[in-house]
Amino acid sequence: MDTNNNVVLHVADVNKSFGGLKALTDVDLSVKEGTVHAIIGPNGAGKSTLLNVCIGRIPPDTGHVIFDGTVLDEITPHEINQLGVSRVFQTPEIFADLSLLENVMIPAFARRDGAFKFNPIRALSAEGEIREKAESHLEEVGLYAKRHTDAASLSRGDKRRLEMAMSLIQSPRLLLLDEPTAGMSRHDTNTTIDLLKTLKDRGMTKVIIEHDMHVVFSLADRISVLAQGRIIAEGTPDEVRNSPKVKEAYLGESQQ
Amino acid sequence: MFGNLSRNDWLLIAGFTVLVLAAPIWLAPLGAGYPAIMEKFCIFAIFAIGFNILFGLTGYLSFGHAAFLGVGSYAGVWMFKLFSMNVVLSTVFALICAGLFALIIGYISLRRSGIYFSILTLAFAQMMYNVAYSVLTPITNGETGLQLELSDPRYLDNALGASQSIGLPRTSFFGIDISGGGMPGFYFCAVILIICFYLSIRIFRSPFGMMLRAIKSNQTRMKYTGFNPKPYLLAAFVISGLYAGLAGALMVATDPLAGAERMQWTASGEVVLMTILGGVGTLVGPVIGATLIKYFENIFSAFNENILNATFDFLPEGLRHFAVEFSALFVGEGWFLTLGLVFMIVVIFLPGGIMEGIARIRALFSKKKTQDDAAEGSVVAAE
Repeated sequence: MDTNNNVVLHVADVNKSFGGLKALTDVDLSVKEGTVHAIIGPNGAGKSTLLNVCIGRIPPDTGHVIFDGTVLDEITPHEINQLGVSRVFQTPEIFADLSLLENVMIPAFARRDGAFKFNPIRALSAEGEIREKAESHLEEVGLYAKRHTDAASLSRGDKRRLEMAMSLIQSPRLLLLDEPTAGMSRHDTNTTIDLLKTLKDRGMTKVIIEHDMHVVFSLADRISVLAQGRIIAEGTPDEVRNSPKVKEAYLGESQQ
Repeated sequence: MFGNLSRNDWLLIAGFTVLVLAAPIWLAPLGAGYPAIMEKFCIFAIFAIGFNILFGLTGYLSFGHAAFLGVGSYAGVWMFKLFSMNVVLSTVFALICAGLFALIIGYISLRRSGIYFSILTLAFAQMMYNVAYSVLTPITNGETGLQLELSDPRYLDNALGASQSIGLPRTSFFGIDISGGGMPGFYFCAVILIICFYLSIRIFRSPFGMMLRAIKSNQTRMKYTGFNPKPYLLAAFVISGLYAGLAGALMVATDPLAGAERMQWTASGEVVLMTILGGVGTLVGPVIGATLIKYFENIFSAFNENILNATFDFLPEGLRHFAVEFSALFVGEGWFLTLGLVFMIVVIFLPGGIMEGIARIRALFSKKKTQDDAAEGSVVAAE
């Protein structure tokens, strides 16, 4: 089903400790272009740490994260984003004082103008193209009607959908999703899954951390299982589902 | 490049222009219709508008912006002394100097954010104040302040054969007197204020302005969105430094004297008060704050014991003595006590400043007009 087998993200032998706590141990992970790669594991397994290492929020102690030939742990967060890596956070990171439309226009500007552009005299209202693009992306996540309200007034689920639109408008090559459906109703979860499924057609590679097995098994092409900072299994959803090791570490507990 | 502002913005600019140009008419009954005080209103309004571009949009609170105003003043007077009494030359040079200082101080101070940024700017401004006061006396003339002298070379003016006046020459805009307390001085400041106000609206309504607001809202998110916040912050800092330098240039254009006290931290604090009192992050708030503070400073400082005695003349002797003693605390030299109290009341009850007050009153009226729903009305009243 994959058209090519290029590894786009390579996490190479990453170790990370916080004080005496070993959060990641020899984590080695290859994500192929155009696939959906899920990382699952029990609470405290190091999933979020792994994503934070990928976007430059936390530097690894040893090892590297390589995206398309660039070592990510040596460059700044905005440079990582400019390479085409975008992330949806577990706790929504949005511009609370700005309108939804502005929230989505800002990342579109980042994609078009780069990390800095000095245009203090240009009118925002002259940016019709960006505005229309932002409106269509708000439409896609079902927030178009609220486009002029402040983001602070949104429910948690809506904030997550807004953040999704903020990432998608950048058409990232690699999208990192940290529990994108946490805090959502079942109905919203299903719409989010549908949305994420359509992204596959846009050639977007995704790494997704998720607790909800329904989400994982309906989306993922490959699954890595993380437990106590180590990858204990990796394979297709069926392989992982049937792995005794995984059952013991994770699925066994949650599927009862 | 022109156009693209909304109809409301154009109305705001038009209304602002009319109010400023007609200031001599509507300020006269308030006892402030003379050029010297109106020039002050314009100059501090420019200072506050610029400060608001940094503080209002990015949330970075500088406690050292008076330093740029001081740099602008000294630079302006030096141009008068060395080359020409024409205010164009002095203003341009003041902008260059203030911009350079803002670039350096901003670059260093912006390595930190929050309270540390504020302290760094404060430290820089105090350093500059002390240096201007003592070490750099040859340039700043220390305690006395830098002023014009008859023996000044004024190379350009003399080369062009400008007519020799008796006594100190006046600053001029191509032959029109700016200093000396005439109306042209006010209109010169007024036109520059209107231009500054217009530019500030453009900045507020630009993608650049939106990025500054986004940095204030969530700087971490900005980084993960692909933006480098540093150059945005530095640009905002330099722009507000330029506004401050321009205010300094206008100060010496209307009264060619530059003193170190203009750079003291109290002067930096004053522009913070003006901006907060009027409404941080609003377009006209800083202008209102600057005008009100300068207006009431003028009124309250003028009160002395004799005037107070006359005011409380109707009271019996003992009570009058008490009333005079008590109110003397709040006027004259004690004006800052009044300002402090008003400021506290505003910050506690109207954190958005006077503009928030106006918005609340407006909301109250529009709700009453449009809503027949009694239940909704009671909710508004309860708030």
